[in-house]
Amino acid sequence: MPRDNSIKSVLIIGSGPIIIGQACEFDYSGSQAARSLREEGIEVTLINSNPATIMTDSVTADNVYLWPLEKKSIIKILEKHKHIDAVLPTMGGQTALNLAIECEKAGIWKKYGVRIIGVDIKAIETTEDREKFRLKMLELGIGVCKGETATSFLQGKEIAQEIGFPLVIRPSFTLGGTGGGFVNSPDKFDAALTAGLHASPIHEVLIEQSIVGWKEYELELLRDNLGNVIIVCSIENFDPMGIHTGDSITVAPAMTLPDTIYQKMRDMAIKMMNGIGQFAGGCNVQFALNPDTNDIIGIEINPRVSRSSALASKATGYPIAKVAAKLAIGYNLDEIPNAITKTTSAYFEPALDYVVVKVPRWNFDKFKGADKTLGLQMKSVGEAMGIGRNFQEALQKACQSLEIRRNGLGADGKELTDLEKITHSLENPSSDRLFHIKDAFHMGMSFKNIQQLTKIDKWFLSQIEELYLIDKEIQKYDINTIPEHLLRTAKQKGYADRQIAHLLGCLESHVFDKRMQLGIKRVYKLVDTCAAEFEAKTPYYYSTFDGENESIVSDRKKIVVLGSGPNRIGQGIEFDYCCVHGVLAAKECGYETIMINCNPETVSTDFDIADKLYFEPVFWEHIYEIILHEKPEGVIVQLGGQTALKLAEKLHRYGIKIIGTSFQSLDLAEDRGSFSTLLKENNIPYPKFGTVQSAEEAIELSKELGFPLLVRPSYVLGGQSMKIVINEKELEEHVINILKDMPENKILIDHFLDGAIEAEADAICDGEDVYIIGIMEHVEPAGIHSGDSNAVLPPFNLGNLEIKQIEQHTKKIALALNTVGLINIQFAVKDEVVYVIEANPRASRTVPFICKAYREPYVNYATKVMLGDKKVKDFKFNPHKEGYAIKVPVFSFNKFPNVNKELGPEMKSTGEAIYFIKDLDDEFFEKIYSERNLYLSR
Amino acid sequence: MKLTFRKEAYLLLEDGTWCKGSSIGKPGTTTGEICFNTGMTGYQEIYTDPSYYKQIIINTTAHIGNYGTKNEEQESDGVKFSGLVCRNFSDVYSRKDASGSLQEYLERNNITGIADVDTRWLVRHIRHKGAMNAIISSEITNLEELKTELAKVPSMKGLELSGEVSTKEPYYVGSEENPYRIAVLDLGIKKSILDNLVQRGAYCKVFPAKTTFEVMNEWRPHGYFISNGPGDPAVTTYAIETVRKILYYNLPLFGICLGHQILAEANGVKTYKMHNGHRGLNHPVKNLITGRSEITSQNHGFAVDLEAVKSNPDLEVTHINLNDNTIEGIRMKNKKAFSVQYHPESSPGPHDSRYLFDQFISMLQ
Repeated sequence: MPRDNSIKSVLIIGSGPIIIGQACEFDYSGSQAARSLREEGIEVTLINSNPATIMTDSVTADNVYLWPLEKKSIIKILEKHKHIDAVLPTMGGQTALNLAIECEKAGIWKKYGVRIIGVDIKAIETTEDREKFRLKMLELGIGVCKGETATSFLQGKEIAQEIGFPLVIRPSFTLGGTGGGFVNSPDKFDAALTAGLHASPIHEVLIEQSIVGWKEYELELLRDNLGNVIIVCSIENFDPMGIHTGDSITVAPAMTLPDTIYQKMRDMAIKMMNGIGQFAGGCNVQFALNPDTNDIIGIEINPRVSRSSALASKATGYPIAKVAAKLAIGYNLDEIPNAITKTTSAYFEPALDYVVVKVPRWNFDKFKGADKTLGLQMKSVGEAMGIGRNFQEALQKACQSLEIRRNGLGADGKELTDLEKITHSLENPSSDRLFHIKDAFHMGMSFKNIQQLTKIDKWFLSQIEELYLIDKEIQKYDINTIPEHLLRTAKQKGYADRQIAHLLGCLESHVFDKRMQLGIKRVYKLVDTCAAEFEAKTPYYYSTFDGENESIVSDRKKIVVLGSGPNRIGQGIEFDYCCVHGVLAAKECGYETIMINCNPETVSTDFDIADKLYFEPVFWEHIYEIILHEKPEGVIVQLGGQTALKLAEKLHRYGIKIIGTSFQSLDLAEDRGSFSTLLKENNIPYPKFGTVQSAEEAIELSKELGFPLLVRPSYVLGGQSMKIVINEKELEEHVINILKDMPENKILIDHFLDGAIEAEADAICDGEDVYIIGIMEHVEPAGIHSGDSNAVLPPFNLGNLEIKQIEQHTKKIALALNTVGLINIQFAVKDEVVYVIEANPRASRTVPFICKAYREPYVNYATKVMLGDKKVKDFKFNPHKEGYAIKVPVFSFNKFPNVNKELGPEMKSTGEAIYFIKDLDDEFFEKIYSERNLYLSR
Repeated sequence: MKLTFRKEAYLLLEDGTWCKGSSIGKPGTTTGEICFNTGMTGYQEIYTDPSYYKQIIINTTAHIGNYGTKNEEQESDGVKFSGLVCRNFSDVYSRKDASGSLQEYLERNNITGIADVDTRWLVRHIRHKGAMNAIISSEITNLEELKTELAKVPSMKGLELSGEVSTKEPYYVGSEENPYRIAVLDLGIKKSILDNLVQRGAYCKVFPAKTTFEVMNEWRPHGYFISNGPGDPAVTTYAIETVRKILYYNLPLFGICLGHQILAEANGVKTYKMHNGHRGLNHPVKNLITGRSEITSQNHGFAVDLEAVKSNPDLEVTHINLNDNTIEGIRMKNKKAFSVQYHPESSPGPHDSRYLFDQFISMLQ
């Protein structure tokens, strides 16, 4: 059936602020869906409270509402846009689906004549309710986990007898699985059952067959109205059942499945999707496979675009969200062209000739006291994806992308050598188990033992074992004696020059020079959905060490934009927003734009944003080789957050032009000594401070500065390890702690302005003129990280005199730093004096928020200024100022039941929402204002 | 596990293109027509499919060998392809019920291969230049010598190969009690085609390729099946003749792949050698009768001429390929005969098209 012409105006529901389990993948899906519908001439209205999203830009949708994701907001929108005839709730994760169901139950859709497209409400109910799902699967003849609920000891015993061991006990209505657990043998069962029944407030437990250690798979499906189904991608979990798929290392395509079993799974997936309802759209199905018997169990089915579909889209090049949106408005798969080849059909199943590995990114360091063991609840905050011509290369590239100061899988001097700790880590997976597997081989642990402890498939483990053997082989040589074939093999298997240098005992640059001499260089291959069977028109590349280079360099002038890597606390979707706008602005200035990023959840890694996308680690050697290949005019580092910014020094050293603010200025702002000299010269007040490299120096300095003190390491992100101390004992402890993690770091110690009000300003500067795009006052007092504070735009409680000082300081600093582009400055206001705390000459977390609040494309402007295409005075600024906008931080503390919500100088929030108020009498504002001191801790 | 570096091997194409790689399988020299398969699973089924007779296969998927081999997953009595080209070859395999590694399997079956080759570059090359002959060797390292050896290999066009892979003696599959007797003309049949027929109540008698209609008809079958197989359909004249007679007596007939091309030839419709053929598990086919589409498993280097079918009053196009609009299925307007270019038994591949076997069986009722 061709497009349903009765659909003329569609409402897309977004996913709201970023929390653990629901990250920026839904900005990717929402943006793709909106673009896909608008291509068809359909009017798109978008609701999402997350300002740092591309989907909520006027470039993406016709009408944008940055309103809370609540029923009231939906009613208000439908009242205003009476012609909206359909709602697409499958692009905004569980949040959007839940809101759609709530509205359905309240009869809102019916009242306003709005159809739900892309899913069937009944299907959601079937998939959300464990019991309904189980019954449905049994009806379809799909195996499910055996299980039953028990409300008495006797009943429990009977069920256990029926199911057999091992099994799981899950008490009902307890938070985070308290009181539950695995029982491996009958002798442990009685005690566990009693404990479980007691733990449950209603004395009920679910007793379920344990499938821990089974292999885990996911399939991504698309179905049209005719019933045509395709499997876009098969994904195999490196980590077996027992770890949430969001916390698992995953691999595409499936690596260890024979065709017979894969096809069985494919048949089951199609049956499951058809069984839950007849709707046109996307779906994700998860399976567990018993490696001993080949039994397959259906774990769950999600009738919507998910984190895995974002991954599958990036892994295959198949734009799932875009196609799902087309299906929702009536198209059939065979009527849609393949967006990559443009000549073949969208009705096909992508064939990969490379391997993709996703590794999650955790932030346990931000949640002191959290249970770090991975299990059924997702704990990671982001992910990185590596693409390679083999599994090992893809895996090491993913490790290089993680921003955890590792250079790949080990071979970097950070190996664990305590066998007891390694054994514990293999058996109780946490964020670094992957690394410890290799460490275990190095420590001589047997393959069999490693397999028993981890239950990871033999094929994957043997891949890691081979890397360990290569480590040992390389160690036999030095830089002069290493044979060419070994060096080539190592590069093909994903080793970074730094790892090889570590193993050979030489410098990274020596390895680089040596392989350049030998002609061991990266080539670029295309992600084309079809394993080169057809010609592809889309410039989506990854690097590898192989024969042919497919990335042809054009003769246009080029700009590279460095992305922000995996999401983590302190560096989230805001920077991806900035990168995307940077790319679009550079395009407008006539440049060929080149995007480098490794985060599969983002819009920046969509193949139709930049002219060329290199899906690569934002890691020195990958970037440098792209630059050598493409020869761009320069590199934009100030939009990709700390990830991109910290590469500035090396770029500068290698003579590569940094677009906008120079490296010297970036460095000046970061170097506390030179920066305070600059402030002094400009008569700008700042808290007294000093730098130290030992606890002794710190105590000496404290006498001069006076307590309380703010202590932090230099060159870190999101206030990592930043702490307020009130006496010498605390000071000493914290300094020692920092030096333990980061030896030789210069520690900054500031006098802390207790009780001060915090404010910040963002500005654009072209070196001559400065335009302040926004000033925000924090609701919470100084001492709480700016990313964790409610920030009000414009200030609500600062006098004219104070605001004037902020403006003057901002302008002076921006000019003194020779800023070209964006700058963010943080202030503390006490006794009518405005002190400067820090200045960051780059796009900040608040820029997208101001863009949304004032409805102005500031990143676009700033990029044009950086490129020298425009001056500040060339723009007609016209901010839409009405009432106040509040940037509301959103936390994921509920994922860590043992961790108290305590806020301090170290950032903890995972996302943010925007909330508009008319005046200060607003209820919400009153609430946050009255609670402003509630969570303050040190 | 020990770190091993394999011996060198060479690959040379008819047009002079060559590369170095590592020797896998049995050391030695092999020749054949080089073609690529984009499937990500099912290598053993591919290697034992008789349609790949005298062909060197490039597996485009990144890793080969990961799940070993299993005796039950053969598509015929033995390995039929003539050589393997792949990117990463895995000695280590993971599968509880595997019979052994792919390396042992290739060695045992005398198959020579080459790994650590930029297969993507090769595929792009063949995509532009078309299918051609090639030689793999771990013994001959001199290019001139390789060229001399390669020159001896005949072109696939005009080659009749079914006679070589077909059974020499007739045999039976399925229970004698089964309701439908199907006479199968074996031009290089895959085992799973027979399995699919038997599962649906067929009792099959499989005849050698060159069996005449008369001999087959003596068995009094309810229907005829014309199998897949290697080589050029235009020169498989004996089978074309057999099919003509089946049609003359208006007996139910179903053909797959080569069998499909032969049904076309029997109707006077020409076949042609494609630029680089269709080989993979992801080919989109639209059923023009139902409007539904199916993801199909394909393996063919020749195709039926679309215009000739359209202008033939006895034939009707039932299936087309959504990627390039080539013919994927035909049926005769006034006879109980139909055929498809792709592989509905799909082993390896998706099971979307197995309804065609039901369709055939219902014709026999």
